[in-house]
This record gives sequence, structure tokens and C-alpha cells, in this order.
Amino acid sequence: MKALALLILALATPVAAEAAERTKLTIYTALENDQLGPFKAGIERAVPEVEVVWVRDSTGVITARFLAEKDNPRADMVLGLAASSLLMFEKQGLLAVYEPKGVAALKPAFRDSFGPYSWTGTDASIGVVCFNVAEAEKDGVKTPVRWADLLVPALKGKIVMPHPTSSGTGYLLVAGWLQGMGEEAGWAFMDKLHDNIAAYLHSGSAPCVQAARGERTAGLSLDMRGAAEKTKGAPLAVVVPSDGTGWDEEAYAIVATTKQLELARKVADWGATKSANELYARSYAVVAYPGVATMPANYPANAEAAMIKNDLGWMADNRERVLAEWSRRYEAKAAKK
Amino acid sequence: MARTIVAAALPEAVPARSRALPENLVGTVLVAGLCLLLVLIIALPLGTLLIKSLETPAGGLAGLDNFRTYFSTPTLVDALLNSLTVATTTVAIVVPLAFGYAYALTRTAMRFKGVLLALALLPLFAPSLLSGIALTYILGNQGFLRGMLFGRTVYGPIGITIAECLYSFPHALIILVTALGLSDGRLYEAAAAMGTGRLRTFVTVTLPGARYGLVSAAFVVFTLVVTDFGIPKVIGGQYSVLATDAYRQVVGQQNFPMGAVVGLLMLVPAVLAFAVDRLIQRRQSSLLSARSVPYEAKPNPVRDRLSLAYAGLVTGVVVATYGVAVWASFIRYWPYNLSLTLDHYDFAAADADGWGPYWNSLVMALSVAGIGTVVVFCGAYLIEKLKLFPTGRAFAQLLAMLPLAVPGLVLGLGYVFFFNAPWNPLNVLYGTLALLAINTLAHYYTVAHVTATTALKQIDPEFESVSASLKVPFWQTFRRVSLPICMPTVLELAVYLFVNAMTTVSAVIFLYGPDTKLAAIAIVHMDEAGTTATAAAMASVIMATALAARLLLALVHRFVIARAQAWRRREVSA
Repeated sequence: MKALALLILALATPVAAEAAERTKLTIYTALENDQLGPFKAGIERAVPEVEVVWVRDSTGVITARFLAEKDNPRADMVLGLAASSLLMFEKQGLLAVYEPKGVAALKPAFRDSFGPYSWTGTDASIGVVCFNVAEAEKDGVKTPVRWADLLVPALKGKIVMPHPTSSGTGYLLVAGWLQGMGEEAGWAFMDKLHDNIAAYLHSGSAPCVQAARGERTAGLSLDMRGAAEKTKGAPLAVVVPSDGTGWDEEAYAIVATTKQLELARKVADWGATKSANELYARSYAVVAYPGVATMPANYPANAEAAMIKNDLGWMADNRERVLAEWSRRYEAKAAKK
Repeated sequence: MARTIVAAALPEAVPARSRALPENLVGTVLVAGLCLLLVLIIALPLGTLLIKSLETPAGGLAGLDNFRTYFSTPTLVDALLNSLTVATTTVAIVVPLAFGYAYALTRTAMRFKGVLLALALLPLFAPSLLSGIALTYILGNQGFLRGMLFGRTVYGPIGITIAECLYSFPHALIILVTALGLSDGRLYEAAAAMGTGRLRTFVTVTLPGARYGLVSAAFVVFTLVVTDFGIPKVIGGQYSVLATDAYRQVVGQQNFPMGAVVGLLMLVPAVLAFAVDRLIQRRQSSLLSARSVPYEAKPNPVRDRLSLAYAGLVTGVVVATYGVAVWASFIRYWPYNLSLTLDHYDFAAADADGWGPYWNSLVMALSVAGIGTVVVFCGAYLIEKLKLFPTGRAFAQLLAMLPLAVPGLVLGLGYVFFFNAPWNPLNVLYGTLALLAINTLAHYYTVAHVTATTALKQIDPEFESVSASLKVPFWQTFRRVSLPICMPTVLELAVYLFVNAMTTVSAVIFLYGPDTKLAAIAIVHMDEAGTTATAAAMASVIMATALAARLLLALVHRFVIARAQAWRRREVSA
């Protein structure tokens, strides 16, 4: 019991000491673990009276949690969460209306154009192929350049992608094909791709991690995950297919019910500045502020050029229809494979 | 001997002051209190969520539309059949294996029992993700034993079944050890005296005695497998099961009503379990009567060596699997750079919180074990041994059986809706370690409750009858008879709750606050971020902690309990 009391004391002390000086701002985020430290430091340097407190989880979990808590929200802000999630929050009136200073300078695609201004984009997450060159060499498969290159028979059963009903990344890819190739050609492509798919996984990052480990030859995922695996030493080529790929953007917003509105606005203002965007650019290739381009290590060079003209509104409005059609085509069949 | 103990205990328990408290009133109040607690931590959160199953995602009334939509999904039948197939296969493999293991532990004079029990519980000590990581390394497409699958893939029913077997084995083992542990040696003496053969003794004495335990174990395993989503998510590949359906409704599409619908479907096995439990209970006679003598295996070299070989083999497979995961935590980059490193144990490099989540987990697990054991055991006693307020006791029993069937994800969501509601005065608890502890207790209530009940069932109700006729209130009987007899089970419960609290993920993932992230959640995050080795490292630390708790229990058992329980044995001279 004494040990227990000591432990509680040890846990409580540092928190209590800091809280006396600064105001805590709880931010829900889906940023990667290693981004949390630099982002916290960046925000606290710009707004010294704030102490950033993260609640971090994967996009799906944090989105579900935020919606589940909507009758009594616990977050003051959301940051580094997919814009498609923020669009959902916006439609349910959960976000505060506020246009941070300086958003006019950002690229138009990163500004909220859907309703009363409530969220601001920070960077783009782009659909890529994590391609294990070491494994591909064993089968004599060339590194793909276009989506159609994934349809070769030698890749049969060696490709994994996120399940679009479980993972936002999966839906982003599907929506990318449908918008980029047109509906008919998009479904025709997926019909053929389906024959080469080993499994649709219930996670956006798992396909790339499996490809990095050589469990699979190709994993469809997001650019940042691919670059991170490659940096750690995986024999990966991170391919952005040249015929256009789907993407989503990370964004931030103030929660409507926050009691720290003034501080949150200051943080929101910081989020649109050039220096904040230079921070984003340390981990993402494409950021909201024009002209900020410091390419992070191991990023595919052609990323920005290959981004399709993505309509977030279309993605939101057609989600149910597309997922139902996807399930009809591939799920019943998938189970029998 | 046992009779003299009871007799000795009673006279001093009779004084008038104990009669001053009306026993019936105290009993009724306690049962009502138990019901209230269970309603608060189990029924209301689930109820709040189930109301959601009748709503549209936007909050309007949908009636039964969600159910209609779900049943018209073409994949439902597949998911349902897949769930049933995997669960049935797992039960068929695990229950006999665990029974054999429990038999070796309780009915033979095999050596190294303490160590073998502790090692067999290893899967319980590790977050379920770890078995997924280990299986990938062993049988995955780059695994060093992948040849054993003859070209079939581990990602699918094979992988799920193997991982579920590992995961559910200790749960079945705990129940069966309890069932076989309390037995009447006189039955075996009688059988031996009548010249009954070994097989016949086994079929007519051992099996019927363990019937309740066997059925409980089968249902616990079945339900665990149906509701677990962690394993199918990591290693299930394309094979869809009910639990992944719930996962993608809730996390993939934030469709809480549909998630609740799937959650509701998964309650069916629990309700069945409850019905069967009631049915069997009517037939089960207590094994440990007031005149009982514990069974003590006489050394039998052949049987004991065979048992040791069998237990060694099973433990070997378990330990080797988890050993691979521990080994993985020291490898720089699997499978392309196999050099060894300690880097992955520097948690701060992968997660800003560093070791913080570990200490959170420790505090949470200690409080769950401390408070939970008292609640569960006293609760089981009230339900099992009191004769008053039958409606209340049946209601509490139903609630106690419920959590097992509820996927952690669904329970966690229920907790968000109930404990975060603006009208709920308890919402101050939200995000605190206290709520995490309450949630974990609720989540693991059933197996703990079944274990306590199994132990209590085997104590002759005669103890209560005698006490009642001597006007000894039940709390005296509890303190002086039931509790001491069940002391080994009570400690077992504490370790079970501690260990599960260290490893649980699915329910608490919605509930932790900024300062209360748990180690097992940190592991999920590390794995998602691709730092598999760090995830394995943190999981190894958790496993070591849980193993230490378990070994501590073995020591306590050996030096304290064994002595305290010595009265149950016959004196050697007699």
C-alpha cells in the first residue's frame, strides 16, 4: 500500500508543479508518436502561456472517440487529424467557427470551403505503394511506376491494402481511383487489382509495415509511413504512381465547447504561419504554406505533381454508396478465396 | 478432522452480539448493494450503448432498421460462420489440452508444479498483440518455420486459431485447476478399495466432479474467441469474423449504432452460457463436503513422468512462442538486420511518454487486483451461499456473466456514453485511472466470478446449514470457513485481475486521459507506428512484471497457504 501511495505521489507531482504556471490545452491528435514532442515544443514556443496535453491515437480511434464524447467534449482542439474527420465534426456543429490570421496566404485546398470557416489544413497525406525491392527481385518484378503495373500476374497474392470500411487510408485510395480514373475505369481497375490482393487489412499503416518486413511485396499506404519505414532501413521503394493518387489532408480546429477559446485561437493563428509550416515540412512533403518545401528524407519526389484533384465533399457525400458497392464486389468474393 | 475444525470454530461464534444484527437484513442489503454496483459498472453502460442500436447515426430513432440493414449484409453470414468455426475449433483443442494439464497439476505427484503452472499462464501475462508478433516471426511469409504450414498462409483461420488457442489456454486452465483442485480423496479411496480400474475411476469420479468446471471452461473459451478482435485484426488477413465487423463499424466508420448491433449479437453466447450454467448447477452436488479429505496423489513414477513430459511439451510450445517475441525485441531490424541491440528498450525514443505508461499500468493493475478481488469473491459468496433474496441473486449472477460476452471495444464505448454524459455526476471520473480500473474490473469480472463460484460450489452447503442451525451469522461462516478454504483461489483471483489489468487494451482505448495512458495502449501505438521491436520490448517488460507477480504468488502459496491449509490433509499418523 505504501509503495502504491509513493507511486501515485511520484506520478502526480511533476504534473501539479507545471500546471500552476501555464494553462493546459487538451489536443486530440493522430500525429505520429515522434512528431508529438516537436509539435508541443513549437506550439509552446509560439504561445508560452499554453501547456499542450496530447491525447493521441490512430485516426479511426480518435475520430470515434471524439464523436462518442460529443455530448460532453473533453478536447479543446483537434490537430493532425484527417480533414475528412474534421468535415464530419463540422457538419455536426462540433467545431468553433474561427478563421485564423493568415489563412488567406495558404494554398486554397488547405482552407475550409465547406461552411462557416472552422478548420485549416496543414499538410497532405498521399496514397503510395510501399514496394519491397528485395522481395520483388526474388520474383523478378519491376518497381511499379503506374497503378496498372500492380496488375502483373507475378504479384498475385503479394499485395495488401487497407480495408476501406475499416481504414480512412483504404477509402482514400478507393476514392482516389474513382475520382482520378473515372468511376467505370476505377472499378474495372479494382476488379483486376482484387485478383492480386492477398488481404485487405484493418489498419492504414499495417500494409506498409508488412511490406517493409518482407511479409508482402507491396503494401498500399500513406507516404509518411513509407518514408519512415525506409529511413529505419527497410528495402523499400516508396512509389507515388504517376497516373495520379488519392490523398487527404491533416487539419486542425478549435472545439466548439472549449473553455480556453482565447488561447486556442492563438494556437490556431500559429498553425497557419510560415514557421509552423516549416515544422510540418519536417515530416510531410506537401504542406499548406506555398513555397515551403524542405523534402523530408526518403520521400518520393513527384508527390505533389501526382496528387489528383481531390474533392473532399465528394468523398464525404459518396462514402456510403462507394463502400456498399465495394463490399458488394469484393467482400462476398473475398471470403471464399 | 474438518468436522472438528468446524466444531471448534462454532462455540465462540455464538455470542449474543452476533445475533444482534438481523442476518436476513444484512444479507438482503449486501445482495442489493452488489446488484447496484453491477448495474452501475455493467448494466447501465451497456444499456446506454444498446439504446444506440435503435438510433440512426445522426441520433434520430431508427427502430429495428439497423438490425435489418445488418442482417441484409452479404458478409454477415460469413462472419458469423467464421466466428463459430474458429471458436468451436479452439474449444475442441484448448479444453482437452487444459484439462490434461490441470489434471497433471492437481492429480499427480509430478515435480515442478509451481513453475509449470506459472509458465502455462504466460499468454495471460502478455498483451495479445505479442502472440501476433511472435506468430508472424515464426510462421509468417518470412518466418523461420513457415515450411510447417506447407505453403498455406498463417494470415487467416490457421493463424487466428493458433493465436486464440495460446490466448485462451490459461483462462481455461485456471478454471479447470480450480475444479480439479478441490476434490474429495475419499471417493478415490473407495474406488481403489473396490478395485475399480483407473479408466473407470476417471470416467465415474473425476469427470463428473469436474463437469461444472469443464462446461464453464468451454463457454469461457468460446466467448473469449468470439469477442476478441485484437488477434483477427493482426493476423486474420482476409478472414472476417464478428469482432472485426464490430471494429470496422466503430473505428472504421464511426457508426456506433451498427457497432452496438454487432455487439448485441455477440451477447447471444453469454445468455446461452447463463442458461446452461443454471441447468448444470441444479445437478452439480458439492464435492467438498464437511467430511471431505483432499485428494493427495501418491507417487507413481510412470504416470508422473508422463505427466511431466506432457506438461513440459505444452509449456515448451508456449514458452518458445513468447520467447521468440522477447528475442524479437532485441533484434535491430527484422528480417534484414538480425544484429542484437538494447535500443528498443529506450521507450522514450518511440513514445514521448517513455516509461510513464508502464507506471500508470502498475498503479491501475494493483488497484484492480486489490479492490476487485474483494468485490468478486464476496459477491460470488453472496450469490452462491446465501439463501435469501433469490431474485436479486439471480439478477447479480446474470450481470456477472455478461461482461465476458461483451467485446472490450463495445464495453469501452458504453463507458464513454454513460460515464461522460453531462447529466452523470460520475463524469468527474472520466479520464482518470479510477475509471480505467473500474472498467477493467467490469471487463474481466466474469472469469474471476466463475473461478470464485467454482471454488465455492465445491464446499458443502452443510457448513452453512450447520452454521444456520447454530445461529451463527453467515459472515462468521464466511470468515472462518469459506474464506480460509478458498484462500488459494482468492490469491489466484488477485493475480488474474492484476495480470489482465496490465495487458488490457480494447476497452480502455477510449477511456484513457492525457496523463493516464497505459502500457498496453502504448504497445498498440508503437506497433501501428511500425516500431514493432519496441512494442515487443514494452510487452516483454509487462510480461516480466506479470510473471514476477505470479511467482510471488507461488512463493506465498508454498510458504504460507500450504501451511495454513495443512488442516485439510490427514495427519500422517492417522
